[in-house]
Amino acid sequence: MPDGAVMSAEEMRRAIVRVAHEIVEQNEGCRDLMLVGMRTRGVPLAQRLAAAIEEFEGERVGVGALDIGLYRDDLPERGTRVEIKPSELPQDIAGKRVVLVDDVLYTGRSIRAALDALIDYGRPQRIQLAVLVDRGHRELPIRADFVGKNIPTAMQDDVLVQLEETDGTDQVLVTERRD
Amino acid sequence: MTDLLIRNGRVLDPGSGLDLVGDVLIRDGRVAAVGPNLPGDGVEVVDATGLVVAPGFVDLHTHLRDPGFEYKETIATGTEAAARGGFTTVCCMPNTDPPIDTRATVEYVLRTAAASARVRVLPIGCVSRGREGHDLAELADLAEAGCVAFSDDGAPVADGALLRRALEYARIHGLTIIDHCEDPEIAALGVMHEGWVSTRLGLRGQPAAAEQAYVARDIAVAAQAGGPVHIAHISTRGAVELIRTAKERGLPVTAEVTPHHLTMTHHAVAFSDGSTPSANGAGRDHPELVEGHHPELVEGLAYDTLAKVNPPLRSRDDVAACVEALRDGVIAAIATDHAPHADYEKACEFDEAAFGVSGLETAFGLCMTLVHSKALDLPTLIERLTSGPVRALGLDRFVSGLGTLAEGAPGDVVLLDPAAEWTVEPERFASKGRNTPLAGRTLRGKVVATVYGGEVVWSGEKVEA
Amino acid sequence: MAKNAVRRSRASSTVREREQQQPLPPEAEQIAAAGSVWQRRHLLDLDDFTAAEIELVLETTDAMKEVLARDVPRVPALRGKTIVTLFYESSTRTRASFELAGKVLGADVINVSSSGSSVQKGESLIDTVRTLQAIGTDVLILRHGASGAPYLAAREAAFRVVNAGDGWHAHPTQALLDAYTMRSRLGDLRGRKIVIVGDIAHSRVARSNLWGLTALGAGVVVCGPPTLLPVGLGACGDALGQPPDDMEEAGLPPVRVEHDLDRAIEGADVVMALRLQRERQESGLLPSLREYSRLYQVNGERLARAKPDAFVLHPGPINEGVEISSEVAHGARSLIEEQVQNGVAVRKAILYLLVRGERPPTS
Repeated sequence: MPDGAVMSAEEMRRAIVRVAHEIVEQNEGCRDLMLVGMRTRGVPLAQRLAAAIEEFEGERVGVGALDIGLYRDDLPERGTRVEIKPSELPQDIAGKRVVLVDDVLYTGRSIRAALDALIDYGRPQRIQLAVLVDRGHRELPIRADFVGKNIPTAMQDDVLVQLEETDGTDQVLVTERRD
Repeated sequence: MTDLLIRNGRVLDPGSGLDLVGDVLIRDGRVAAVGPNLPGDGVEVVDATGLVVAPGFVDLHTHLRDPGFEYKETIATGTEAAARGGFTTVCCMPNTDPPIDTRATVEYVLRTAAASARVRVLPIGCVSRGREGHDLAELADLAEAGCVAFSDDGAPVADGALLRRALEYARIHGLTIIDHCEDPEIAALGVMHEGWVSTRLGLRGQPAAAEQAYVARDIAVAAQAGGPVHIAHISTRGAVELIRTAKERGLPVTAEVTPHHLTMTHHAVAFSDGSTPSANGAGRDHPELVEGHHPELVEGLAYDTLAKVNPPLRSRDDVAACVEALRDGVIAAIATDHAPHADYEKACEFDEAAFGVSGLETAFGLCMTLVHSKALDLPTLIERLTSGPVRALGLDRFVSGLGTLAEGAPGDVVLLDPAAEWTVEPERFASKGRNTPLAGRTLRGKVVATVYGGEVVWSGEKVEA
Repeated sequence: MAKNAVRRSRASSTVREREQQQPLPPEAEQIAAAGSVWQRRHLLDLDDFTAAEIELVLETTDAMKEVLARDVPRVPALRGKTIVTLFYESSTRTRASFELAGKVLGADVINVSSSGSSVQKGESLIDTVRTLQAIGTDVLILRHGASGAPYLAAREAAFRVVNAGDGWHAHPTQALLDAYTMRSRLGDLRGRKIVIVGDIAHSRVARSNLWGLTALGAGVVVCGPPTLLPVGLGACGDALGQPPDDMEEAGLPPVRVEHDLDRAIEGADVVMALRLQRERQESGLLPSLREYSRLYQVNGERLARAKPDAFVLHPGPINEGVEISSEVAHGARSLIEEQVQNGVAVRKAILYLLVRGERPPTS
């Protein structure tokens, strides 16, 4: 198992640009597109994607933030984090092509919660998923439409995405959990 | 067996001025001799080495609840509790049902006591008929039947005029009126002491002035009527000061204080410092509630109904005043105001809970706190539990030598270990009332054995030599 | 018990801190550092809340408010949980507020009403609690006329208890929504002057607000006639002018006491008027309502002495013309309606934190 950094800042930048291109290509343009970042780190990632799209397409795509705290199914086991923040969507999502953005796709439970949350806001035309890292070990039938990098991991590993906006630096770390 | 030799203890009889290491010989239920190395041929011997041997305690204020409230206590269970607490004489209050306001009820009490009581019961009669506070009860008749004093306890003597008439009338029999001093208007249904704790808890408070107002009234009326008045369960500095002044003026006023008013403050209602939760009994018998039920994790205020008592537990200053007054004799007696209640009467909202502490079995241990903290010395403590109370009500007119170990005095003796530690376990009380705020607390000072009329009526440990 | 000793010293240490402007007490730092861990099983009173804990509630309320603004204000956070409201005193707004809060979070809400005291009803509070336990209650929201009743319920049951008002003692959710309302308009409440006018002695709203606001660092002034101010507040001694003996340990929040509203209200950032109940006049605590309103009514003239942008709060229901003038109650400075709106969001936050903010299981 790789220890330490598995993506450098440069690799992350390239992956984000590539994913941005893929999103626009798959959706045949930017019409009705909305990027919704999942708190916390999905939000700056969504913003970076929107910035990249604006650069090569010249169009501004709406960016929203989604807090799934009230939709999780695993709260008591999770432990101590109970902070929930408001969600913010730039427009009504009815009829929009929403691209959910998250940093790591793992069991898929967060995405399920996000789908429930989004549908409570309205009825989008379609929902796609973009993640920076897919680390495997799905527990639900969920897949990402756009992936920055596939990183196979063991269940006991920790995958941590660090972003300049939230952690002061850009890198992806994988650490084996010590017992 | 009414012959007994108690050997080699520290014999402490402040009423006779005795403090020596020696023996107490009881013959035919009466004290025959006290001194070192008494001959005890053929007499059962109790070894009191290392123990204090004192006259049996005399409680001026106990609620035996019998007749009428036998679910709370009976004469049998109450006197058993008294014996365990070292009390060989209890004066029982008349707020029974029917109240002790007729000869018939006095006779019932005495008859029942003769048949089932562990220790001596001296009845106190009502001041007013039915305790209703309007007309005087038949005080002379009650006196003849065996009452040793009069009180409407539970309530104050309703008005100054009635008190004056009672004092004047009782005076001719040389009997004392015991008054529960609480101005009902000022008290205004308060459920605890009015102070910062009652503010904190949002509970209606009873101000100190409620007690002081009626103490002042009683002193003034007693001075006028010339008859002795005894203030029950005093609790405030203000009242203590009034009594001090009255005594200095030579007025016929005496007072008693409870062990809890000497050692506990209104903090106990809000902040439980004991190791077990309040609402004694409730919830503990239901194993289906145990899982996930963590009483110690409940945050915040205790609202301890077991500390709900009337008069209420007061401030530290009030407690200090009472201790000081007890020490210098302004307060003549410690009286328990033993007030047993059923568990469910305390396992409810604070406002609804009954007032009272079941105190006979913890009195000595609790009072010993004062001795250990050097606030009081042991001989004074013993005096306030024995000859002090007897003098306050003149009880030796009814039982000669009561409260002392003088020759001819009743063979009522208590064996004490002032250093022994024990834990208060209300489930093991002899009293039906488990209502004590001391559950789980460790006290230092124990009644090892109690002797009544020469017979061992309680021994916590085997003491036979 | 050490727990209570810590709590008491926290109250007094918080006072010292504020005076010396020290950092938050260690427990609060721990809470903040651990990422807002919520350790409580029950919400009984605000008296032992640190500023950090109150902040957590207020922040969570922000998120809850957003949910309420949606077209479909429903989240599944408390799905499958049973919430019971047991109100021994009737109330429209508080009960409806809790019911809505529970339902928005996806819980099943059952309303049990009980008119009259438990004694009248024949079933004791403890028996009722046991029955609710048996039917699978997860959270009990209790309003009761006897101070301390929620503590009794919390000791007897395995479910969580929210105090919706007990006697004169506490109404913590009201104080939290009041703090939230004030905060949303004023920002940081530290150093703000907040005046609470009225029948403090019989007000659980006032008591909880005193704890909450002083924990958040506000300067609180209570104002009312001496007959309606409880013993011990503001270092009031007895009639001889003696300070209460256990003042060093006095577990009361540090507030200033004023009897003159014109003086008290000067420079106030917030004025909170408390409802004056008719019974107070009937039980002789006041000569008349007329005299009370002459001396203590929050009206435009008095409000002019407060800060120009000062706000007015009232826990409701309002006695217009008694403790507050109609003009002020419905005027531009009044936040009374906002208080009610915020009530649902705050109660949602509380329910969520109590149910979902578990203590981590000890391994």
